[in-house]
Amino acid sequence: MLLKKLSQLNSVSGNESKIRDFIVKEIKHHVDDIRIDKIGNIIAFKAGKKTEAKVMISAHMDEVGLIINSIDSEGLLGFTPVGDIDNRILISKPVIVGDKEIQGVIGAKPIHLQKSEERKKALDYTELYIDLGTSTKEDSEKLVSIGDYVSFKSDFIKFGEHLFKGKALDNRAGCSVLIDIIKKEKEDSDISFYAVFSVMKEIGIFGGYPATYSVDPDINIILDSSLGKNKLGDGPIISFMEKGTFFDKKLTQEIINISNEKKIPYQLSGFDDNKSDACKMQTSGQGSKTIKISIPCNYRRSPVSVISKNDLNNTYNLLDQVLKNIGGK
Amino acid sequence: MSGLKNFLKELSNDSGVSGYEESISSLVKKYFEKYCEESYSDSVYNTVCIKKGQENSKEIKIMLAAHIDEIGLMIKDIAEDGSLYFATIGGFDPRVLLYQEVTIHGDKDIFGLIVPEKDLNKDIEKEKALGIDDLKIDTGYKMEKVKELVKIGDVVTIKRELISLENESVSGKALDDRAGVAVMYECAKELSHLKHEADVYFVGTVQEEVGTRGAATSSFSINPDIGIAIDVSFGHTPELSKNRTLEVGKGAGLTIGGNIHPKLRAQMAKVGEEYNIPFQYEIDPGPTGTDARAIQITREGIPTLLLSIPLKYMHTSTELINLSDVKSSAKLLARFIASITKDNLEEILCY
Repeated sequence: MLLKKLSQLNSVSGNESKIRDFIVKEIKHHVDDIRIDKIGNIIAFKAGKKTEAKVMISAHMDEVGLIINSIDSEGLLGFTPVGDIDNRILISKPVIVGDKEIQGVIGAKPIHLQKSEERKKALDYTELYIDLGTSTKEDSEKLVSIGDYVSFKSDFIKFGEHLFKGKALDNRAGCSVLIDIIKKEKEDSDISFYAVFSVMKEIGIFGGYPATYSVDPDINIILDSSLGKNKLGDGPIISFMEKGTFFDKKLTQEIINISNEKKIPYQLSGFDDNKSDACKMQTSGQGSKTIKISIPCNYRRSPVSVISKNDLNNTYNLLDQVLKNIGGK
Repeated sequence: MSGLKNFLKELSNDSGVSGYEESISSLVKKYFEKYCEESYSDSVYNTVCIKKGQENSKEIKIMLAAHIDEIGLMIKDIAEDGSLYFATIGGFDPRVLLYQEVTIHGDKDIFGLIVPEKDLNKDIEKEKALGIDDLKIDTGYKMEKVKELVKIGDVVTIKRELISLENESVSGKALDDRAGVAVMYECAKELSHLKHEADVYFVGTVQEEVGTRGAATSSFSINPDIGIAIDVSFGHTPELSKNRTLEVGKGAGLTIGGNIHPKLRAQMAKVGEEYNIPFQYEIDPGPTGTDARAIQITREGIPTLLLSIPLKYMHTSTELINLSDVKSSAKLLARFIASITKDNLEEILCY
C-alpha cells in the first residue's frame, strides 16, 4: 500500500531526500513536467484535458523527528527536537538514527530510583539520550555522526474501525492522496494542475513558499492533516481560517457546494488548530486564492498518528471533484 | 539470530502480567523440557522443571528461580465514547506510557494506543508529567464494539518487539526478568555437558512484581538445600550513581548482604575466578527486592544466593541488556552447580 511505504520512509524536516526520491520515482511517468527547486521542493505539472485557472495543489512531505547534537563518553547520543515535539512523548520509544538506519532506544531512569517529586515533572529532551547498545564514544562514532537525523520507529498497521496507525501520517496521508490524483486515469473533465510536494513545513520554514513563488498559481489548494474538534471518519476537513490565514471564502464555499452536490462527507473547521504553510503561500508573489483541505489525523507529531481509511478515500474523491469543477478565475 | 536471542525474543514478546502467567508459563516449560526429566506447574502457575543429578545416593537439591511475570495494566472502566481507563499492576512510571501501543488480552487480543486525555497540542503545562488519570486507551472502536471486545478486568501489556542493538545488546519489554529465565535456559544447556551431583530445579516464578509470591510457595514445596534467585539489577546510565549500579557487559552482579549466604557466595566467586568468568559485586545489606528475599526465609530457612543481570531503563518498554552478561552468568551458575558435591556441601554451608 502506498501510504504504508510513505509512512515508513524516514524524512525529517531538512532531510527529505528519501521521501523526495520515492515520490519522484512514483509520479515521473504520470506527469508532463517535473523538477526539484532550489530548496528541495518537488514541482510537477500534469496537463488535463482543459486548462482553466492555474491551479496548484501542495502537500508537505517532511515529518517531525530529532537530530543528534552530541555523543558522550559512554556512547550515548544527545539530541535536539526537529519540529514541535512534546518532550513527554519521547520516553521509552525505539528510534532509527541516520541514513544507515541504526536502531536505538530512548530510556528513562528506573522508577525504583526516583524520588516522588521527580515523577511529577516531565523530562526535558536535554535530560534524555539515545542508546545504541554501544558502550564507548568510538563505537557510536563508527555508526552515527553529529547532525544525523532521527525518526521514530513505528510500524504501519490497520486497527479498530478502518483506521491506520503509523508515524508521519501528518502529512504522508496528504502526499498519498496527491500521488493518487496524479496517477489516476485522465478524464475529459480533468483540468491541468501543478503538484507541489514541499519541504520543511514542520520547522516553520514553510518550504512551500518559494515553490508558490515559482509556480505563481491563481488557486492554491493546500492538502494537510489536522483534527482539533473534528472527528476521524467524518470526512475531509474544510477550514475557513487558521493562525495567520483567512482562506478564500468564495472558493471555500464552492468546495462545500461541490461536496454537497457529489454527496461526499466533509467537516467544517472555523478555526483550524494546525497551522499549515498557507500564511506564506497565500501572500507569495502577487498572492493566490488559497484554500485548505485536511485529512483528519489524530495524535499528530507522535510515533502513533492515526487516520481513517474512509477519510483518505473521501479526501481523494473530494479533490478529484474539485479538480473537475473549479475553473473560472 | 542466535538460539539464545530467539528464545529471549519469544519470551520478551509474550505476555504474562503478574497473576496472569499461564501463557508464558507453558512457553517456558516447552523450552526447558528439552533438558529436564520432569516438569510441572503448581497451583499458582510456577513452572518447575527438574534436571536430575548424576548421583542420587544422597540427594542435593539446588533451586534456581527467575520470575516469569511482568508489570502490566488492567482495564478498570469503559467510558461513553469507548475510551478505556486502566490501573497498573506492578511499579509503572506513568511517564513511560504515553503513546505506547498495547495489547488488550480479552477473549481475543485487541490492539490499542495509550493516549492523553487532553489534546497535547493545546496543553500549556508541558513541564508537568502526565499521571495515570491523564491517560486512556484508544482501540479505534466505538462504544458498542468496545463492549463486545473488552471487559473490565482484562489485562493489558505494552506491545513491543525485542530489538537487536549493537554489541550483543537487545532492548524490549519484560527483560525484567525474562533475561533471568534466559540465564536458566543457558545454564541448563551448559549443565548437559557437565557432571553435576545435585538435582537442579529450574523454577519460573510468578507474581514477583507484586511481592515475590511465587518464590515463597515454590521454595516451600521444593525445600531445596540451596536457592539461587536470578533477576536483573540497575545497569549504569549517566543519571545514576556508579555505586548503586552494575556495568552492562561486565558480567552478572553477585550480591553481598544479609539476604545472601556468605560462604556460598564465596564459593560462587571462587568458581568465577577459577574459570575466568566475569562477575561484579553488588552490595545490598537488607532483604533484596527479588525472589531471594522470599526463598531465604522459607520453612526453617534456606541458604540463598542472588545473581543479577545488569539492565538499563528498568520498568520501561525499552529495557536494555547485553547478551554477553546472560551467557557469562549461565556459565558461572553451571560451574557453581557442578562444584557442589555431597562431600563439600555440608562444609560450605557450615557457619
